[in-house]
Amino acid sequence: MKDTQTLNKEEKSVTTTERISGSEAIIRCLLAEGVDLLYGYPGGAIMPVYDELYKFRDQIHHVLARHEQGAAHAAQGYARISGKVGVAIATSGPGATNLITGIADAQIDSTPLVCITGQVASHLLGSDAFQETDIIGISTPVTKWNHQITKASQIPEVIAKAFYIARSGRPGPVLIDITKDAQFEEFDFSYEKCKGVRSYNPVPETDIDDVKAAALLINSAKKPLIVWGQGVILSEAEKELMAVIEKAGIPSAWTILGASAVPTTHPLNVGMVGMHGNYAPNVLTNECDVLIAIGMRFDDRVTGNLDTYAKQAKIIHFEIDPAEIDKNVKTDVAVLGDAKDSLSKLLPLLNPNSHSEWHQQFKDLYAIEYNKVIKDDLHPTKEGLTMGEVLKEINVQSQGNAAIVTDVGQHQMIACRYAEFTTTRSNITSGGLGTMGFALPAAIGAKMSAPERDVVAIIGDGGFQMNIQELGTIFQQKVPVKIVVLNNEFLGMVRQWQQLFFDKRYASTEMINPDFIAIAKGYYIDAQKVTKRTDLKKAVEEMMTSEGPYFLEVAVEKEDNVFPMIPSGASVSDVRLE
Amino acid sequence: MSEEKKLYTVSVYTENNIGLLNRISAIFQRRHLNLDSINISTSEIENVSKWTIVLQLSEERVKKVIGQIEKQIEVIKAYYHTEEETIYQESCLFKIKSHLLFDERQIQNIIKESNARIVTVNKEFFVIEKSGRKEEIELLHRELSVFGIMQFTRSGRIAVTKDEMKISKMLEAFQH
Repeated sequence: MKDTQTLNKEEKSVTTTERISGSEAIIRCLLAEGVDLLYGYPGGAIMPVYDELYKFRDQIHHVLARHEQGAAHAAQGYARISGKVGVAIATSGPGATNLITGIADAQIDSTPLVCITGQVASHLLGSDAFQETDIIGISTPVTKWNHQITKASQIPEVIAKAFYIARSGRPGPVLIDITKDAQFEEFDFSYEKCKGVRSYNPVPETDIDDVKAAALLINSAKKPLIVWGQGVILSEAEKELMAVIEKAGIPSAWTILGASAVPTTHPLNVGMVGMHGNYAPNVLTNECDVLIAIGMRFDDRVTGNLDTYAKQAKIIHFEIDPAEIDKNVKTDVAVLGDAKDSLSKLLPLLNPNSHSEWHQQFKDLYAIEYNKVIKDDLHPTKEGLTMGEVLKEINVQSQGNAAIVTDVGQHQMIACRYAEFTTTRSNITSGGLGTMGFALPAAIGAKMSAPERDVVAIIGDGGFQMNIQELGTIFQQKVPVKIVVLNNEFLGMVRQWQQLFFDKRYASTEMINPDFIAIAKGYYIDAQKVTKRTDLKKAVEEMMTSEGPYFLEVAVEKEDNVFPMIPSGASVSDVRLE
Repeated sequence: MSEEKKLYTVSVYTENNIGLLNRISAIFQRRHLNLDSINISTSEIENVSKWTIVLQLSEERVKKVIGQIEKQIEVIKAYYHTEEETIYQESCLFKIKSHLLFDERQIQNIIKESNARIVTVNKEFFVIEKSGRKEEIELLHRELSVFGIMQFTRSGRIAVTKDEMKISKMLEAFQH
């Protein structure tokens, strides 16, 4: 992955030696890595670092979250919109454990994070000291790498390694745990950026023979289908992907995390695959003759039942992580390497094609989906507001230029289905982990990372209350994010499953909600609630044109369902429209 | 690829770092896999650890596990081998009451025939060491248990491959 942090901060590498404290060294390391913004929450075991953050406050902006989970998700939002490494910092014990959900989310969604936690003094390790927790043990299964530092002299090398590992290859979260005595200890500081780790090969070299084998299959295909994922965005291969799609005339679908890599309106963009994806790409997955997977990992939410997934097709898998090859779906041709590099090598080997008959099949199925689902979602005739029409209004007023940050549930599926994207890195959502509470803090990070962009958080009434405290961060930092809560007074996705698969036994999914407007206003955030269709347009307009943060609550139909839907365990081609 | 479960010896070359044991064992734990044995030692190269893990698994699954192990930053390389591809041994110790050595002549024959070795003898007890394959050790255990065993312990498997390991060249580079 290309990283601007790496490129333009080279000159900041400190080569001279100076005697400083471990905690000052931590800040100097962060500066050398190009960090100017980080999210966190202070506490006993990390206080020396906060003391240095105070001294360096002109060079590095620390954002005080209201909960460490919020700090982790904010760092994720920062990373997802920019491709840079997000940094979160917390104290030991509960501070550290509160980061875990964000770290797990970053791990499964390949988001580069460096998390720094304070730890009790090294002589207290293992003594059940106040706020001691084995965060290395706890974070091991959800980090790309982690390390405990007990001596100040280890700080530069370990932090350099942390950034290198977090951002290189398939990115991921790294946690560095630093004992309090190491933060106080003085040592001779010098910093050198990490250029490699001998046991770690971040990007396997693309074998040209594999690319040729892939090209041969693609060129002979009558019904090729591309499914791309976030790997395309992570390797900045959007242009290369588009060139491949256009030259070979291949209908192309995306996973939820791949959204926005190719503009929504591109004629060969045939929509989202997966459980609530579009009808055509799901059904035709089981009709294509060559399936070209690029930077995606055949998640079960994408494939449905593996025994009936694309069995008729030859599978080509472009992938950076060797462990993903044949993990879920057996490939015929695996092309290891960075997507940007392998797609560039593929392009000249492809024959121009249009596959117009095959493409027509997608259009025909889209027409069916439009009539059965999309029309009523976007142009409802019933009284209650739909989530889809809110999205449509946001599309109109943002002209597809907004970054959409979503939480988890029905609103997320609707947003991903209907948001129109013109630029890459515009869909920030919790995909693999499905973390409710993700969107509000992630939107903070995204907006602070890309202040020039409109950032609209779309959240359900359930998820909003999972990190609602971050309204405090928005207020204190004056982050002009737009927050849209689509309130159906239910945990809507669970309710939908209860309706469809549990005979409408709505166990603990109904929510008696507070006055969200009063809460937002309590944080001095402009807010309004829409209950009628006639008020929607104006309200969205007010939100989009507001200077500061804005909170919009839309009371939507309580018991709407998201379709299409592939029931759990069903085949992709058994996708239901009602 | 065969779905049939077989006994595999997994060899993993890693850096010698704190926490790696946790990281590797989590890969098995997460997939609900039980290990027959695990041994970690130095390898032919200084500061590089060699892990020998034995488990029953289908080849398809063992390949995926290898992928997950190799993915860890501090893992240099991981391999899996069948029984036929490796030379392997285990080791064990028996602690037995000393008077039996003289009262029960049979014991001395068992020790001799099994190629076991007496490590130490004192007034109270003597200790036998035996290296070999699992079945040989199990046989010796059965034979000795008749007389009463005070303590018994067996090591995990250690193994080398018959063919040259591709890693050898890579490790050589590490030394320079």
